[in-house]
Amino acid sequence: MRRVLFLAPLLVFMVLAWYFASALRPDRNPQELPSAMIDKMAPAFDLAGLHGEGVARDALKGAPVLINFFASWCVPCRVEHPLLMRLAEQEHVAIYGIDYKDKPEDATKLLAQFGDPYRRVGLDQDGRVGLDFGVYGVPETYVLDGAGKIRKRFVGPLTAAQVDNDLLPLLHSLRRS
Amino acid sequence: MRRVAFAIMLLLALGLRAFAVEPAERLADPALESRARAISATLRCLVCQNESIDDSGASLAHDIRVLLRERLLAGDTDVQARQAIVDRYGDFVLLDPPVKPATYLLWFGPAGMLLASLVGTVVWLRRRPVATPSVAPLTPQEQVRLEGLLREADC
Repeated sequence: MRRVLFLAPLLVFMVLAWYFASALRPDRNPQELPSAMIDKMAPAFDLAGLHGEGVARDALKGAPVLINFFASWCVPCRVEHPLLMRLAEQEHVAIYGIDYKDKPEDATKLLAQFGDPYRRVGLDQDGRVGLDFGVYGVPETYVLDGAGKIRKRFVGPLTAAQVDNDLLPLLHSLRRS
Repeated sequence: MRRVAFAIMLLLALGLRAFAVEPAERLADPALESRARAISATLRCLVCQNESIDDSGASLAHDIRVLLRERLLAGDTDVQARQAIVDRYGDFVLLDPPVKPATYLLWFGPAGMLLASLVGTVVWLRRRPVATPSVAPLTPQEQVRLEGLLREADC
């Protein structure tokens, strides 16, 4: 019994060391919050479109889709933009954009300059749809399954590792089911 | 003169307690507005993460304040209005974490550690062998000699 007690400080040290090491992982974003909306129905929305047709939740049902909140004034959105282009062109992922608190003409300019990865773009000028989704900063990307349920949220710019390790496998499994 | 100026500036600074609530957001009904203010003070701004939405100037905080007031106007109770925000943003939006199994460690951990260390200390004190005199008492001759030595040292 005594002997075992002497190991306690070592044990405490090991637990703390594991905790601190995991906090130092380079891909960890300390500001990232778990979404309260996972496995719930996406909030209903029906937004006017940037070009022509708008985006509505119920029209997206049937196949898994990505919903990407972005804005022309958002710098990290430009970081993830090439990845979205790759997803749309090479992986044929259905991405719908929601232009968050933005001027339509600025968004048009952005998409003309960097390419348009979106099937359609909805305008959320007062940020109300973002609020209903629980968006607390752009970019945020949501994976919706065919029934319109939110299956995953990515906060901040998508990374290649997230796309390859989490996003694409999730989409494949959603498509199969 | 400088003192007067300083006093005036101090008074002005005290009067200017900053609230982020913008005039356009305020509700006409003072009772509803004060309920909204009380709830706002318990909700975290998710952009600043250590300010309440009542204090924060972030645009997300503005959106949540407006949503909260809409819910109150629509006839929600305080609990329902707050729950509408929690449904969107999760428990993290509450500045005081709720007491539930996942947070028991947070709420009761410190008191539990104190209790455990108190119990541990009591057990340790009880188990400690009582100090027994390990040195044999002095024989009468030694006692006499000791007193002699002490008397010598006194002079």
